[in-house]
Amino acid sequence: MSLNWKQITLSLSPVWATLVALTLGVGLILLAGLNPIKAYYALFMGAFSNIYGISSTLTKTTPLVFASLGVALAFKGGYFNVGAEGQLYLGGLGATLAGLYIHGLSPLLHIPVTLAAGFVAGGIWSVIPGYLKARHEVNEIITCIFMYFIGLLFIEYMASGPLFEPGAPSAMSPEIAASAQLPIIIPNTDVHLGFLMSLTLVFIMHLVLTKTTIGYQITAMGLNPVASRYAGVNIVKSMCILSFVSGGLAGLAGASEIMGLKHRLFDAFSPGYGLDAIVIAFLAKSNPIGVMFASLFFGTLRSGAGMMQRATGVPTTAVLAIQGLVILCVAISLVLPQWRPRWFRADIDKETPRKKENE
Amino acid sequence: MPFLEMKNISKRFVDVVANDRVCFDVERGEVHTLLGENGAGKTTLMNILYGLYSRDEGEIYLDGKLVIISSPYEAIKLHIGMIHQHFMLIPNLSVTENIILGLPSSRGFLLELKKAEENIDNISRKYELRVDPKALVRQLPVGLRQRVEILKALYRKTDILILDEPTSVLTPLEVETFFKIIRRFTEDGLAVIFISHKLNEVMSISDRITVLRGGNVVGTLKKHDTDPNKLAGMMVGKEITLSLDKPCEKKGKRLLEVRGLSVNSEKGGKPLVNNVSFDIHEAEILGVAGVDGNGQGELTDAIAGLQPVSKGQILINGMDVAHLSPRKRIERKLGYIPSDRQRVGLVVDFSVAQNLVLKDFRDTPFSKQRFFLNRRQINTNAERLIKEFDIKVSHGNEKVAFLSGGNQQKVILAREISGKPDVLIAMQATRGLDVGSTKYVQERILEHREKGGATLFISTELDEIIAISDRIAVMYEGEIIGILSGGQEIDLERISLMMAGVREQKTKKSVS
Repeated sequence: MSLNWKQITLSLSPVWATLVALTLGVGLILLAGLNPIKAYYALFMGAFSNIYGISSTLTKTTPLVFASLGVALAFKGGYFNVGAEGQLYLGGLGATLAGLYIHGLSPLLHIPVTLAAGFVAGGIWSVIPGYLKARHEVNEIITCIFMYFIGLLFIEYMASGPLFEPGAPSAMSPEIAASAQLPIIIPNTDVHLGFLMSLTLVFIMHLVLTKTTIGYQITAMGLNPVASRYAGVNIVKSMCILSFVSGGLAGLAGASEIMGLKHRLFDAFSPGYGLDAIVIAFLAKSNPIGVMFASLFFGTLRSGAGMMQRATGVPTTAVLAIQGLVILCVAISLVLPQWRPRWFRADIDKETPRKKENE
Repeated sequence: MPFLEMKNISKRFVDVVANDRVCFDVERGEVHTLLGENGAGKTTLMNILYGLYSRDEGEIYLDGKLVIISSPYEAIKLHIGMIHQHFMLIPNLSVTENIILGLPSSRGFLLELKKAEENIDNISRKYELRVDPKALVRQLPVGLRQRVEILKALYRKTDILILDEPTSVLTPLEVETFFKIIRRFTEDGLAVIFISHKLNEVMSISDRITVLRGGNVVGTLKKHDTDPNKLAGMMVGKEITLSLDKPCEKKGKRLLEVRGLSVNSEKGGKPLVNNVSFDIHEAEILGVAGVDGNGQGELTDAIAGLQPVSKGQILINGMDVAHLSPRKRIERKLGYIPSDRQRVGLVVDFSVAQNLVLKDFRDTPFSKQRFFLNRRQINTNAERLIKEFDIKVSHGNEKVAFLSGGNQQKVILAREISGKPDVLIAMQATRGLDVGSTKYVQERILEHREKGGATLFISTELDEIIAISDRIAVMYEGEIIGILSGGQEIDLERISLMMAGVREQKTKKSVS
């Protein structure tokens, strides 16, 4: 029984880590000479006290869920996809193109086609590092970062060049066709269908990972690629599919953002959702349900930050510091359970006899 | 009084006695060889001398004085140098930088590369150990890297030089020059300890030879008083339990045929598996004897499809699979017990039940429409195999990581054998297992044979191979040196000579 408790405590370690991070955040705000309780209260109220706050929280959570699912899936299969931000941008571009240049379809058809375009564009951006990793053992972290910058600058070029709407005040494309726009699901807010889709995907991915042969194979590949190859898994093919789907999910983040909220392609339309997604997947230990809650947490931080600044003078950047602390605490929580036994063992096996002999 | 004397050295690891009251000495100006099979305790003994391991019992005397060596640093201070089998060099530094690494400089924080280079030049000229001191280590071939290691030891003013299987990285020609250099050392008054299991080399370089077996000294002999046959007998020991009674000698269908198989090394040079051919019939076990690292791992990986085949054919049931994927070969009834169970054979973070379906989780009955996992079937399968193979776990959902080595091996065995393979490859299947598990694994493999399966059984334990095999192939440097039929005619000395690379002059009974 005690072991069971230990396991529960361990599996909830990200929650403890987050709480520790928030506590450390108290210290930071105190250092700045401000009132932390008021600040957190304002942050929470900003995110949830009224329909606008909730709307803002949910719209910010939506792309985070999509992108984080993509990253979490990649982590699960041993593909360290840190390029979700670039894939998100490409997904936005894909959706924009499908939304701008396909005409005369009913929304019932146009929306899926546009989403698919975003998925494919994001997938292509991710399958390049995935293939290079699987086939040529190129470190995907580096190629993902390269692809991220290429994607970011490519979108900037597209929004200010080929897709630029003449006369617009800054780099942006014309509005996509109405038939490609995601409907609003809570009247008088910005909350669009993408939110529901992201939640649906959470449960689909949970099912796939736990109940299907595909999930089994991805998990096996992530835990031990050598054994998977030995057992007959085609690693190159599997890694390509995995990286494509992972990037595709990140692409959906961009696509839903364009289709549901922005309706046009802007040069820097994401405030770093794809980068947060790495932290969220990490925080959620790549578990889809965990991803949902962690995304909501990060969405809350983003949406409440403004209110916090207005009400208490704590700058919005404090939220970034808290996010940083969360990463730090989660990272520590990952090594903590292993740390003591290893030190303990090393001490017994190696050091003691030698020390004895010296004396 | 000998220059260096090790008296009654004992060393125990958790459950093995690596050295049992070993006495060993070496004089200035002589080459004293430590000879023995893998695991005989040669390297352990030398690691104790070099301060890498602490001894449990015994004393070391240097020049008649009792010394305590508890770290390599102290060993170096006593002018003991050791060249390990695996080089301890930094590839991106130059020869000089590698040699002076860790030594104090008379200029404090500043390096004295110039002076060091001159010194190195002097030493290398004196012993004809020519290496460019400015060359980067990564640019040097293996043979030269070894010279750098030796220079490193000499630079630290070594009186006793320990060489752990130094010739394993050298070509025959390089070995000759290498021996000349060793001769020069002994002429200069150095004491050289040479660790080896290659009989012909031992006979050519040693002054005295100490044979170790199972952590004990079998004897110390002058070279002139012995010959390779006698040494081989001492190395292997006479008391070997001869083969089990195996019925039925009539040969059935050929299940596995390997024809001219070669696997090239990625680094170039000699192929890791060189033109290997053999057959295994129904209900037959072909044992492969040989010192570890002579291409056995590459051979089995190539048959299983984990290592690309450069040349040749692999026929399972008459069908060439040499260029098929591992999956296709599994489908053609190939089972494989890999040597590294935790890294290759298992996903240790998966449960026992999950590991038992690692190869066929997509097939009925473990999946529905190849998409949904059928948990009930997976669990039933686990319960059945846990019982059948006597795997000690409380339930099938326990993580494999928490199992003992023997039980982990049983999980692999259960998965591979329950797949009813025609051809089973067992690579070091009993390595590291306790006596009970070893026996269990062997019996299961014999059972597979009785049911008509073909088995390729690779082990470095000669006793085991002799006990279990119908025929025995000996592998040396990627080649099969000969195949002997098993049973009563087994000639131990012949096998151990072959394992040490001595070729048969007239192959009396080589098959296929």
